Amino acid sequence: MKFNSQNDDVLLDVKDIKIQGFSDEKWHDIVKGVNLTLRRGEVMGLIGESGAGKSTLGLAAMGYTQPGCRIIGGEVNFDGTDLAQLSDVEKRSYWGNRMTYVAQSAAASFNPAHRLIEQTTASTIRAGIKTKSEAYSDAQSLYDALNLPDPNNIGIRYPHQVSGGQLQRVMTAMAMSPRPDLIVFDEPTTALDVTTQVEVLSSMRAIVEEFNTAAIYITHDLAVVAQMADVIKVLRFGEEVEEAATRQMLSHPKEAYTKSLWSVRTLEKPVRAPANSVLSLTGIDAAYGRTKVLHQVNIEVPKGSTVAVVGESGSGKSTTARVITGLLPQSAGSLKFEGKNLPPRLADRSKDQKRRIQMIYQMADTAMNPRQTVKEIIGRPLEFYLNMRGQRKTDRVIELLEMIELDEKFLERLPEELSGGQKQRICIARALAAEPDFIICDEVTSALDQIVQEGILKLLLRLQENLGLTYLFITHDISTVQAIADQVVVMNEGKVVEQGLKDDVFQAPHPAYTELLLSSVPEMDPDWLSKLTQKRSIFRS
Amino acid sequence: MSQKQNTYSAVDEVGAVTEQRTFLKRILIDLRKAPYTARFGILIIFIYITVALFAPILSPYGEAEVFPEPYAAWSSTHVFGTDQIGRDIFSRMIYGARNTVGIAVATTVLAFLIGGVLGLAAAINRSYLDQFLSRTVDVLMAIPSLIFALVLLSIFGSTVTNLILIIAVLDSTRVFRLTRAVSLNVVVMDYVEAARLRGEGLGWIMRREILPNILPPLIAEFGLRFCFVFLTIAALSFLGVGIQPPTADWGSMVRENASLIMFAQYDIKAGLTPLLPAAAIALLTVAINFVVDWFLHKTSGLRDEI
Repeated sequence: MKFNSQNDDVLLDVKDIKIQGFSDEKWHDIVKGVNLTLRRGEVMGLIGESGAGKSTLGLAAMGYTQPGCRIIGGEVNFDGTDLAQLSDVEKRSYWGNRMTYVAQSAAASFNPAHRLIEQTTASTIRAGIKTKSEAYSDAQSLYDALNLPDPNNIGIRYPHQVSGGQLQRVMTAMAMSPRPDLIVFDEPTTALDVTTQVEVLSSMRAIVEEFNTAAIYITHDLAVVAQMADVIKVLRFGEEVEEAATRQMLSHPKEAYTKSLWSVRTLEKPVRAPANSVLSLTGIDAAYGRTKVLHQVNIEVPKGSTVAVVGESGSGKSTTARVITGLLPQSAGSLKFEGKNLPPRLADRSKDQKRRIQMIYQMADTAMNPRQTVKEIIGRPLEFYLNMRGQRKTDRVIELLEMIELDEKFLERLPEELSGGQKQRICIARALAAEPDFIICDEVTSALDQIVQEGILKLLLRLQENLGLTYLFITHDISTVQAIADQVVVMNEGKVVEQGLKDDVFQAPHPAYTELLLSSVPEMDPDWLSKLTQKRSIFRS
Repeated sequence: MSQKQNTYSAVDEVGAVTEQRTFLKRILIDLRKAPYTARFGILIIFIYITVALFAPILSPYGEAEVFPEPYAAWSSTHVFGTDQIGRDIFSRMIYGARNTVGIAVATTVLAFLIGGVLGLAAAINRSYLDQFLSRTVDVLMAIPSLIFALVLLSIFGSTVTNLILIIAVLDSTRVFRLTRAVSLNVVVMDYVEAARLRGEGLGWIMRREILPNILPPLIAEFGLRFCFVFLTIAALSFLGVGIQPPTADWGSMVRENASLIMFAQYDIKAGLTPLLPAAAIALLTVAINFVVDWFLHKTSGLRDEI
């Protein structure tokens, strides 16, 4: 009997699905025969690195493939119908009606020319589920349920008039508007700050629970999926690694690969005793045109240590980096490097001063000229600063490649022939080539997968150990701070909120903003979000 | 065992690596994949270049050699007959390839040098220099270029040097705009910022960081611009201010023999004579456009930029 009732509940049954993608004039397997069963009201987390096929599988669960992809085998049974057999016209009666989709970048997914409420209700009205006035009032109640400010009027705004986190919630309202049986969330909070992420996650979870909607939640962040999902499926190279209920998966992962995903967050650096300052910022003000972005920033960077600058987007951390590099001259305050004043403008700095401060960027893709080979990219600073040429230069490039755990096979490769982690390593080698004392790392790991992140962080630590480098590490990710920092600077709205040794900053009591930031970092505990929202609501009342 | 599975190696991260190819190899592979239209275009361009280079060897008579019979019919001695003062049309067509195509190439190259360098400088500088250059270009573009060229040529005189300089400057405005527009997308890249932080000069950033990345649209534009320059020269010659006699040139050849068209009802070949140089222009234009189309197709996403 029990067997039967469970069977009735199955909403989506994907059997042995195989999907191929077309690139380099060949068809490649992206998803290699995965099964997926989802019951009504159940939330499944799909987790894996980039290229694991999780987004492709999530879309295939709706019977959809991206352009350049095709389903070559298997079934997608949705409520008894095999979607893979239907024509596009027939599938359209399901999409935006019985199944909906929440994309990663809300800002890129909304039409800037239409009001939010029109877009929220468009598919519901088109499908004839509700009349316009019904749909509008329903949208307003959804906005309310999602904790959006001023739910009755926010709908008449345009997408650019609300924040990223609000837009992501409006998109959830849009997905919920036709009361679908299934919602696919594709990394909905990846682009958001941690403090915003918490609010979006809790409102998403509440609304999915309220309407008993089944959902597939795609992400690469384990701690996030732990809050959302009932069941977690781990994917790698288009194949299933394992599937288990969330609590079981978190406490007893079976496969080695899953364990390695879990282990990344445990990296921690012992704190080093502070030495003399190599760089000090005193009373720095900076502005873009008339908009002032930095207010009286004081930061001391001890020699041979790592100072992590944390804060949300817009807090002024990248601007601080631009002031240090000389791209944005400060309007007030002074910048001292090894006790000597550093000229504000890049053009006034000597070649040696430029050489000793190097920078590594967040997006390794755009930080390397796509038309230059690895040898040219790493070789140029050698030639420019140290006057190395010919064989001597090549030898040094190979030496640098070995320092970043690559080898001379990479000399003639172009950036497009490298993986994300390798690209970031080449950028590190380019910075090292100048033999700097001080390296600014601007979110260097945030575009990378967890395992690759760990490799890069370990590399940076080892280089610091061997070469006595000083890092200014800009990040919004607290687990990265744990892994690499000696000192922490917390920034908010262009001001330094708190700074000091890592352990001091992370230990209570904190200033209110630090508390908010730290408590918003997802933990691997499935109850973390519930506890946090409970705590905050008590705090508010 | 599980320890070993978990060891991470950056070298092994990407398995398959594409084979390194030399520049020549890549061109040969591209050519083999080229459509028939592009191959036809390349063949025609190749023939034109050969004819232009070996004009004195290929042509039966001299460029300005006058024979006693004007407007001679097509015959074995004069393949396409003679013109209004008795010069061999076939020989003048061959020399015309050299003059017209040569001047067009020189003009286009010069236009790209001026427009390209200024466009890059404006895109990198982005301040008063950009404003000054962009507004000057706006002013120049506001005047119809053919009329402007006519005025300038009648002021400075119709020498070949003046012709090249004037058309090059007028055409460089369009090159400037394109170069500036495509460079702006590259200038904001982190690798350009990295080069600046390194302390690289303007010349290096222009040549090594930006130019290689904007080359595809520029080459495509080069092909198109070449056609326009070609047509402008032909048009100016037709109006009488272009290449001056006795230098052979396709544009002026059409004008000089235009009256022969009226005789087409008596002798179809005589009627065709003035159309031959026009056909030579048309064929080259079509051939170049085939090649440019192929190039545009290869570097897709480009069509909306021109």
